[in-house]
Amino acid sequence: MEICRLPISASQRGKLISAGYTSLSSLSSISASYLAGELKVTESEALGILNVASHSHCGGSEMSSGKSSIIDGAQSAWDMFHEENSLMHITTSSADLDNILGGGIHCKEVTEIGGVPGIGKTQLGIQIAVNVQIPRDFGGLGGKAIYIDTEGSFMVERALQIAEACIEDMSEYNRFLRKDLQACEVRMQPKDILENIFYFRICSYTEQIALIDYLKKFISEHKDVKVVVVDSVTFHFRHDYEDMASRTRVLSEMASKLTNLARTFSLAVVILNQVTTKQTEGSYQLTLALGDSWSHTCTNRIVLYWNGNERYAHVDKSPSLRSASAAYSVTPRGIRNSSSSSKRIKMM
Amino acid sequence: MANKLISEIPLPKSIANVFAARNISTAKDALSLTEFELMELLDVGLREVRSALSLISEMVAPPYQTALSLMEQRFEKEHLGGHFPTGLKGLDAALCGGIPFGVLTELVGPAGIGKTQFCLKLSLLASLPTKYGGLDGRVVYVDVESKFSSKRLLEIGLRSFPEIFQMKEMAQEMAGRILVLRPTSLSEFTQSLEQIKVSLLQNQVKMLVIDSMAALVSGEHEQGVRRQQPLSWHISFIKSLAEFSRIPVVVTNQVRSQNHDETSQYPFQVQNRGETNETPTRYDSHLVAALGIHWAHSVTIRLVLEARSGQRFIKVAKSPMSPPLAFPYHITSSGISLLSEEGMELMGPEINSIHCQGLLPTIAFTESEDYQLLGFSGRTFVMENIH
Repeated sequence: MEICRLPISASQRGKLISAGYTSLSSLSSISASYLAGELKVTESEALGILNVASHSHCGGSEMSSGKSSIIDGAQSAWDMFHEENSLMHITTSSADLDNILGGGIHCKEVTEIGGVPGIGKTQLGIQIAVNVQIPRDFGGLGGKAIYIDTEGSFMVERALQIAEACIEDMSEYNRFLRKDLQACEVRMQPKDILENIFYFRICSYTEQIALIDYLKKFISEHKDVKVVVVDSVTFHFRHDYEDMASRTRVLSEMASKLTNLARTFSLAVVILNQVTTKQTEGSYQLTLALGDSWSHTCTNRIVLYWNGNERYAHVDKSPSLRSASAAYSVTPRGIRNSSSSSKRIKMM
Repeated sequence: MANKLISEIPLPKSIANVFAARNISTAKDALSLTEFELMELLDVGLREVRSALSLISEMVAPPYQTALSLMEQRFEKEHLGGHFPTGLKGLDAALCGGIPFGVLTELVGPAGIGKTQFCLKLSLLASLPTKYGGLDGRVVYVDVESKFSSKRLLEIGLRSFPEIFQMKEMAQEMAGRILVLRPTSLSEFTQSLEQIKVSLLQNQVKMLVIDSMAALVSGEHEQGVRRQQPLSWHISFIKSLAEFSRIPVVVTNQVRSQNHDETSQYPFQVQNRGETNETPTRYDSHLVAALGIHWAHSVTIRLVLEARSGQRFIKVAKSPMSPPLAFPYHITSSGISLLSEEGMELMGPEINSIHCQGLLPTIAFTESEDYQLLGFSGRTFVMENIH
């Protein structure tokens, strides 16, 4: 590895190179005081440089888990396969939707969901924030949720409706499938569900960047958070940001922080995105907002759209799922399977 | 919080000085740069940048609330649980009690359908004392299209609340609470918005009405595609206005005819059109909301007002808490009223379409420009004749 790739300040790098240190190996066997003399810097500064150098030399020692891997920090595909299989999914409450998603929203991954206004993005976001709390006895994760609201569209009344319906469904499941098992009674109240949703209201893109940076600390204090919903990532960046090149850089850094969060704490990150029109070959087509380079940053991309009279979800991009579509519907009880035979309960 | 000064953040002295020397004085400046840009600019190592950024972030990130405390706060502190009843019972039930505080509610529909009538009625209601179902406060009415009619307002008042409006002093007080602004250009509108922000809290303003948002830009920019851009600042400003003062904000939007090259499809839909049961979403009326998709994302509630075979309908087209319902309504001398409190549930994207069939026989709906040019004078009287 070259000196110029060390995460040190520009002036320190300049001093190293002008003193003839161009590769990491040239730094490996010298003392701090010698380096201090060579570079004409203080001894503590030289020690800092050496620490950084030795750290990056062994490729991030904190990542190696003591397993007999050939390269530190690497994980074999076989181990990953087992780990992925044991990971839980967050159900969307629509079996068809879960089906095309391979079981639900994946933990450890960033899933982007986009669609036209009124298609049900916020609904799905709230549903996921509620469903992540389904206890392990009922096949859920029993986790908590962080809901980051940039648009002010989170409706607490709606969250309450969905939470009530979710508890009703669990009790019903209990009655039909676990007649003999009395132990698993539903002890959850809608209030408990609402209490486990941490709601952040963001009013500017600065706050958005800051919060995503701060989440790492927040989640290490609240370890049972299993999902982070960002509704929507787009709003402030679309309105207030002028420099497009800088916007792309800041957004991709934000996305990489979210990916890291998902990996480190094995939680699911759900990013809601708006749509925009794009002119291609003389006609306008719908596409998710924030541009082409943003579209690379999320692991999975799901587009919600109208197909005839039904709402559909389409897996637009995913490394593990095949491209497929499924119908769903938004009912007073939340997101459910779409089928005309299913009872529609009017909310009057 | 975004403009918090770096000097107020307890950073280590050495690094705080570096920020000051490079003229990065606010948190916004620091967070708008990536870590590597900051390393270059400040000439410090990655670790220092990261620890400084995480401190800044922690100070700037807003505190959290649980959804439960949010709900308790809304229900205890706010009048009517944060919803303003419109007096249209079916619609209120669908919206969990009425027009929510703190967010944008949009009325969209063709000319002459009754958007202004609805706005007038809402302003009147908001000015009423709480025992009559009002908000007992002032209303700021931004009348962009010069359609506000004080005569009509008082007429609605007299017919709907005779016990209040028959007393002259009460009528004077209620109507005196409705403050009408008439900006003539976008820049004037911008100025008055900034003024409103200051006076909103001091003057007991309980509702903001903007009639209409689309008219602000349609005069200045010809092309439909460019239209959304100049409003960007206004959209986020109005949203934050609604949010921090926790009042209902009602905004109207016009319609225009759909361009032929506009599709509402994603590339993947076009590719496998053969496989799906897709019929290109073209409605007979070819009407779409004048402000584009960018605006549509920003409103929390969208109510579509339309006419089908001469019958007017109000539809809950976008709302995070309501099923897609349509209510038939009519406009009488006492204002807008529902013909049925039971809504019809609509399937699919039908809820978003805007029809305009047989609304007023005198108007031919050929080109959007044509009927936008047709005046509104005497409209209220025409309506009375119909019903």
